[in-house]
Amino acid sequence: MSKPNSPIDYGAYPDARGHFGEFGGRFVSETLISALDELQEMYQRLKTDPEFIAAFDYDLAHYVGRPSPLYLAERLTASAGGARIWLKREDLNHTGAHKVNNTVGQALLAKHSGKSRVIAETGAGQHGVATATVAARLGLKCAVYMGAEDVKRQSPNVYRMKLLGAEVIPVESGSKTLKDAMNEAMRDWVTNVDDTFYIIGTVAGPHPYPQLVRDFNSVIGREARRQSLEQFGQLPDALVACVGGGSNAIGLFHPFLADESVKMYGVEAGGEGIETGHHAAPLNVGVPGVLHGNRTYLMEDEDGQIIETHSVSAGLDYPGVGPEHAWLKDIGRVEYVAANDDEALAAFRQLTRTEGILPALESSHAVAYGLKLAATMSPEQNIVVNLSGRGDKDIFTVAAIDGIEV
Amino acid sequence: MSLESKQENRIDRRFAQLRGEGRKALVTYIVAGDGGLENTVALMHQLVASGSDLIELGVPFSDPMAEGPVIQKGHERALENKASLRKCLELVKEFRNRDADTPVILMGYANPIVKMGLEAFADGLQEAGADGALTVDLPAEEAGPLNALLQARDLRNIFLLTPTSSDARIEQITRLASGFVYYVSLKGVTGAGHLDLDSVRENLGRIRRHTDLPVCVGFGIKDGASAKAVSAEGDGAVVGSVLVSAIGESVDGAAAKDRIGAMVGEMRAALDS
Repeated sequence: MSKPNSPIDYGAYPDARGHFGEFGGRFVSETLISALDELQEMYQRLKTDPEFIAAFDYDLAHYVGRPSPLYLAERLTASAGGARIWLKREDLNHTGAHKVNNTVGQALLAKHSGKSRVIAETGAGQHGVATATVAARLGLKCAVYMGAEDVKRQSPNVYRMKLLGAEVIPVESGSKTLKDAMNEAMRDWVTNVDDTFYIIGTVAGPHPYPQLVRDFNSVIGREARRQSLEQFGQLPDALVACVGGGSNAIGLFHPFLADESVKMYGVEAGGEGIETGHHAAPLNVGVPGVLHGNRTYLMEDEDGQIIETHSVSAGLDYPGVGPEHAWLKDIGRVEYVAANDDEALAAFRQLTRTEGILPALESSHAVAYGLKLAATMSPEQNIVVNLSGRGDKDIFTVAAIDGIEV
Repeated sequence: MSLESKQENRIDRRFAQLRGEGRKALVTYIVAGDGGLENTVALMHQLVASGSDLIELGVPFSDPMAEGPVIQKGHERALENKASLRKCLELVKEFRNRDADTPVILMGYANPIVKMGLEAFADGLQEAGADGALTVDLPAEEAGPLNALLQARDLRNIFLLTPTSSDARIEQITRLASGFVYYVSLKGVTGAGHLDLDSVRENLGRIRRHTDLPVCVGFGIKDGASAKAVSAEGDGAVVGSVLVSAIGESVDGAAAKDRIGAMVGEMRAALDS
C-alpha cells in the first residue's frame, strides 16, 4: 500500500467521512445522521480549542490522576526470562481503568452540547462506571446499558454504578452481552436524541466516535513514549495491549505509529482456543462486514448474522473491533494475536504473585502475550504492556473458576 | 394490467396507478420466516388479498439496531426458523409464481448484503422478481455502490427521511432515491410513540419541495385511523409493528393469516373511505 519513501501520515486518518481505508464510516439509520453531524462539527471545533484542551488536561491531571506510571516489572521480567517488561499503569487511574480518559473527554463534549442526560453501553462495567462517575461529577442524568449476562458476571461494577446514581438497564436481547448493550444504547439515543449525549466507550461505532475515543485515549501513548525516553533512553521495541473494541490499544499505539522500529501487538480474546470457534478474535479469523455503524472485521456466520463470542473477560466479549485496528491489520502496521482464557488466567496469577498487582482479566490477555513475547527477545530490549485496568472487579470470576465461594 | 405495463418497475407502476385512481398506498411489513418459513408466502398473498399495495419483506438480522422490541422479537423468531437473506430471495421467487404485479422490496440491514456481495444481492433481487431494497443502515453517504448496482438492473433503492433530516440532507437523499421515499414520522425505533401530525405535515412539505417521488409515512401507524391520518399528508402509509406483533401472538400460520388479513382489511377500508 505504502511506498517505502512515502510514509503513511497516520494523523490524516480517518478521512472527512470517517474512513480508515475501506473501514469505518457511518452505517446508521437516517435518524442519527444529524446528531452525528452535530457531534462531529462540535468536536472538530473543540479539539484544537486551547480552552477545551486545557480543561481536558486539567481533569486528566487532577481528577484522573495522570500521568500514570511506566513501571518496570522486574520480577515479572525475570519470570519470563527475556526482554524487560514495563507496565503502563492505567489501572491506577481514578475508577481503575483507561476508560476514564475517554469519559472525561466526552463529558466535556456533553457539557458543551448542553444536553442533560448521558447514556453508555458497558461490557465489563468499567466504561459504565467511568461514565457514571463523570455524570455524577457534572450532575448529569445517566443510564447505562449492560447485557444481562454481564450484569451477572460483573456485579461489583453494577453496584458501583448504582452508588454513583446511574440507572443500570440490563439488556435481555440477543446474546445479552456488550454488542446487545450497544444496540440498545443506540435505540435509546435515536429516541432521545434531543436531550441525550451518547458516550461510546470504545473506538467503534459510527464516525466520529472511533476518532474522538482514540484521541482522548492517546494520552496513554503520548505519556508512554515520553516516559520510555526518560526512563530507558530509547523507544520501546514492542508495545502490547489487549483488544476488544480496542480503545486502550489504540490509545497506546497511535502516538507510536510513525516510529517504524516499534513493533505492536494487539491481543484478542482467544477464549477456549481459536480452533474451537469459542472466542472473540475477529481480527484473527473474522471477515470485513458492517456492525454498529462502521465497517470492520466481524465474527459472523455464512449468512452475515453476528455470532456469539466467548471470553472469560466481559470487556473483550465483542464480535467486532474498532475500524482503525481493521485498517492497521490490513496495512500490516500492527500484528493481531490472541491469548486464550487459560493463558490470561495464568498471567493474572503470575502478575499478582510476582509484582503484587492484580490486573483486570482483559489486561491479563496483554500480560500473557507480553510474557510469551519477552521470552523470545533479549534482556536489553524493552516491551511496554498496557495494564489497562485493575482486577478487583474480577476476583469473583476467578474465585468461581477456582471453585471458591467469596 | 396491459395499460400500465409500459412502466417496467412494479413500484413505479403501482404508484402511477394509485395516483391515477386518487388512492393512497398501503405498504405492509412482515419479517420473512416469522411465523414459520413455510407460511411466509401465504402471509404475503394474504396481505395483498386484504388490500396491501406493496410488501416490505423484512430480512432478519441478529442486530436490528433501529427496531423496537416488537420487530426485534420478529427478527429473533425468524432467525430461529433459519431465515436468511438467501431464503428471503427464494420466498420472493415463490411469491411471484402466483403474483406478478404486487411490488416487493427487501428491507433489512447492511451486513447480510455485504456478506452475500453487493452484486450477488442485486442479481438475486432481479432473479427473484423483487423490485427494490431498503437498507436501514446504509445512509446516503455509504449507499453509492449498491445504488449503482440496483439502478443498472432497474431496481429501486428506497431511502428513509426523518424529522431530523435537514434540507441539505433531503436534497442529497432524494437525488439518490427511487421508487418512493419512506418518511419516518418520529424520532425513535419502530413501534414507538404516537404520531405528531403537524410535524408530519410540515416535514412532508419540506420533502415535496425536493422531489416528485411518492412519500409514504411509517412508524407509529397502528390501525385504520392512524393510517388514514398520515396518508392524508403523504402518498401512503407503512405499517409493520402491529402486524409483526399479531404474527408473534398467533398459534399457527392459519391464525396469523386471519389476524393480519383482518387488520390490513380494516386499514384498506379506512384509506379508501
